Amino acid sequence: MADNASAADIVPVFQEQAEKTMLRFITCGSVDDGKSSLIGRLLYDSKLIFEDQLESLVDDSKKVGTQGEDIDFALLVDGLAAEREQGITIDVAYRFFTTEKRKFIVADTPGHEQYTRNMATGASTAELAVILIDARKGVLTQTRRHSYIVSLLQVPNIVLAINKMDLVDYDQAVFDRISAEYREFARSIGIDDVTCVPISALYGDNVMAPSENTPWYQGPSLLQQLESVEVATEDLARPFRFPVQWVNRPNLDFRGFSGTVASGVIAVGDEIVTLPSARTSRIARIVTQDGDLPRAEAGQAVTLVLEDEIDISRGDVIATPQARPEVTDQFMAHLLWMSDQPMLPSRPYLLKTGNSTVSATVTALKHKVNVNTMAQEAGRTLVSNEVGVCNLSLDAPVAFDPFVTCQPMGSFVLIDRLTNGTVAMGMIDHGLRRADNIHWQAQAIDKVARSQLKQQNPAVLWFTGLSGSGKSTIANLIEQRLFARGKHTVILDGDNVRHGLNRDLGFTDTDRVENIRRIGETSKLMAEAGLITSVSFISPFRAERQMVRGLLEDGEFIEIFVDASLELCASRDPKGLYKKAQAGEIKNFTGFDSPYEAPEAAEITLDSATTTAEQAADQIMGYLEANEYLSDT
Amino acid sequence: MPLTHLHSLEAESIHIMREVAAECENPVMLYSVGKDSAVMLHLAMKAFYPSRPPFPLLHVDTTWKFREMIEFRDRMAAELGLELIVHINAEGIEQGIGPFSHGSAIHTDVMKTQGLKQALDQFGFDAAFGGARRDEEKSRSKERIFSFRSKNHRWDPKSQRPEMWSLYNCRIHKGESIRVFPLSNWTELDIWQYIHAEDIAIVPLYLAKERPVVERDGSLIMVDDERMPLEPGEVPQMKKVRFRTLGCYPLTGAVESDAETLPEIINEMLLSRTSERQGRVIDRDGASSMEKKKQEGYF
Repeated sequence: MADNASAADIVPVFQEQAEKTMLRFITCGSVDDGKSSLIGRLLYDSKLIFEDQLESLVDDSKKVGTQGEDIDFALLVDGLAAEREQGITIDVAYRFFTTEKRKFIVADTPGHEQYTRNMATGASTAELAVILIDARKGVLTQTRRHSYIVSLLQVPNIVLAINKMDLVDYDQAVFDRISAEYREFARSIGIDDVTCVPISALYGDNVMAPSENTPWYQGPSLLQQLESVEVATEDLARPFRFPVQWVNRPNLDFRGFSGTVASGVIAVGDEIVTLPSARTSRIARIVTQDGDLPRAEAGQAVTLVLEDEIDISRGDVIATPQARPEVTDQFMAHLLWMSDQPMLPSRPYLLKTGNSTVSATVTALKHKVNVNTMAQEAGRTLVSNEVGVCNLSLDAPVAFDPFVTCQPMGSFVLIDRLTNGTVAMGMIDHGLRRADNIHWQAQAIDKVARSQLKQQNPAVLWFTGLSGSGKSTIANLIEQRLFARGKHTVILDGDNVRHGLNRDLGFTDTDRVENIRRIGETSKLMAEAGLITSVSFISPFRAERQMVRGLLEDGEFIEIFVDASLELCASRDPKGLYKKAQAGEIKNFTGFDSPYEAPEAAEITLDSATTTAEQAADQIMGYLEANEYLSDT
Repeated sequence: MPLTHLHSLEAESIHIMREVAAECENPVMLYSVGKDSAVMLHLAMKAFYPSRPPFPLLHVDTTWKFREMIEFRDRMAAELGLELIVHINAEGIEQGIGPFSHGSAIHTDVMKTQGLKQALDQFGFDAAFGGARRDEEKSRSKERIFSFRSKNHRWDPKSQRPEMWSLYNCRIHKGESIRVFPLSNWTELDIWQYIHAEDIAIVPLYLAKERPVVERDGSLIMVDDERMPLEPGEVPQMKKVRFRTLGCYPLTGAVESDAETLPEIINEMLLSRTSERQGRVIDRDGASSMEKKKQEGYF
């Protein structure tokens, strides 16, 4: 219970407590390296395990622990039921402890390769990484993988904790050999500065204080290193960057821009430039509820007021004009893929960087990086936990800095448009110049003029369904009827297009996406010409049909789902393809070993089992009439 | 000069709140009247200054809160000029649900968890700020700052979105919602230090004072009103006590203490050997009980 110290005695202690700095760090290593034990030890020795938690820990150790009669500290950090049952760490756990000098936030991350993405999540906010090695095993594949991820994410400080020194009799030769081997490897991936510490997480050697068991070691204990490493000083020396997060407009007399300073320092009176618009002004005020500030620096959340009225919105960047960020819609980046759905080049994803969200596609996967060997490998797609170097193309320019020079300005995530899941993290390497040289050509005669001449409204009738569902048959009938009405039409047929425009593409998921992208762009040109275009493509993926819809103007895209069961199509088998697929002669055949995703809200759904092709054509013509596509009076 | 840890935490929380305000259509702040809510509200006032926070406060009232909490709640909302929505589960009232008649589990589920879901559905909130911290409990330590809920308000710990840097993916489908925890990286000690440093108003129940209590199953329960049934021969004792967390008074254990000021509380904290949730009756059943409750929609 409380010491009856008077309030006056406590205040100075409290002041010290309040003026600490903070360090976020990550621990990596597998279960066997004693990672969770190390964190348990840090929490225990810094007295952050409370009596009631210790009580339930002792209980749990007996039930499911792996340390015999000893307390299993790992159980303290494996928080989810699935983890406790399987005895492994799956998700990142955040732990907190405080010493007299610092507050620490520890991201405890899993070691298995299939959880590389979770490790990267923890590493993304870390200022220091503790890489654990089992002294008996030395540098392993997973040590290299963890170190590579840490270097990829530019974690600025690395500590190599060589653990289980008690099991090698605290032998200096073992420590020296492993340290040397690791330093050499680290240099090869661009990590120049490593602090190596010999520890025993189980017995506490060199964890909090220097150990008597290692008289030959003169360096800091792990905690001393954590307490003394310098943090966040580099960000201050870099050029000023301020991504606008929220436009602050309480009334007509105040217009401020709220956000967090990403790097550098800004003072009242400083000249600034806004991007991408490239307008210049000066800082009039730096507003906070605690009063205006004369200056603000990296990490502070403030509200800036400018001297001039400039149109700025969320996602714009306020920067120093002397060293501006680049503005581009194409760049090269490292991607770490995180979704169970593979990355598909040409599929449009949402890209969130700074505070702006734009549409983005991967235009080229230059190479993959093997996270275990760092070897470059060829590939057309990325699956979960894989790293690749890619070119990305955005539908609007963004302001950025390379990731290595400014993390908040060079990092992004990719979001799947349909599931809303976060599918990848990205680090921008550099911009691509191409975008500067291709400009839109202004045209005197536009789409409206062309379609008026034809007395119709442009439309893309997009027929989707399994092979043999009747898409091409119905599309042909429709074209005949429209032609008879004096309408201007064209047909894009899947099979025919594959003989020409798309003859370089196969039937993998990746090629199917590219196939549809090209057809989408072609349809758009046809719509520009004012035509009514019938497209009959299996087009099995919702995301690509959505992409084409997005290319066109509202109302131009009419999705027609020709709904026929696999059995029905296989019994018709007009091209003999199902027989071949059943015999295994065709790979990646939709419906068999390649999925078909039926539309969720098609404009028109045709039931192929109960509707004849003529009835289907009636139904479509009815839709076109009712929605005024055939505007001849 | 790097920022102090309290300044870093403050800046991170403000960033999170602004992100929700910018990206979500209809956010709300869960205001439970406790010390964490007090800090969260204080941060919200800072985040949007000179604007007011662009969302209302929501209090899910179980009708068993300490009287001083309700007085404090109404005073704060009026002083700050914020909209306060108070939701009480009317079905629960009709059925006469209460902690003494139905036990803590049913009372908490009906009046708190179900009540919260009703309110979120009724107003169509797509994001709700909560004051939970990762140091409170094991499953919380693995929960993201932006935590997604299905249409039925369920949490799926196995399919949490990766959360990188300070890039928060706020996109959801219609009917889904996000629980946002801007205080995720604060500890109990940080909260008290910040309350002291910023002079934030808190419910006086946190400070030690002579109060009428009875001992039940090892917990000191305050007799806050006449609804508290006393055992035959049981007489409330006046003891100098304070509360480390505040909830429904019959479910919240007091600790004996002489700490009448914030520095004294912080001093007690630094010497304390039990975690704050120890005072909560609902946490004591099994290691993964909180994870289960959260999956079902508990905050």
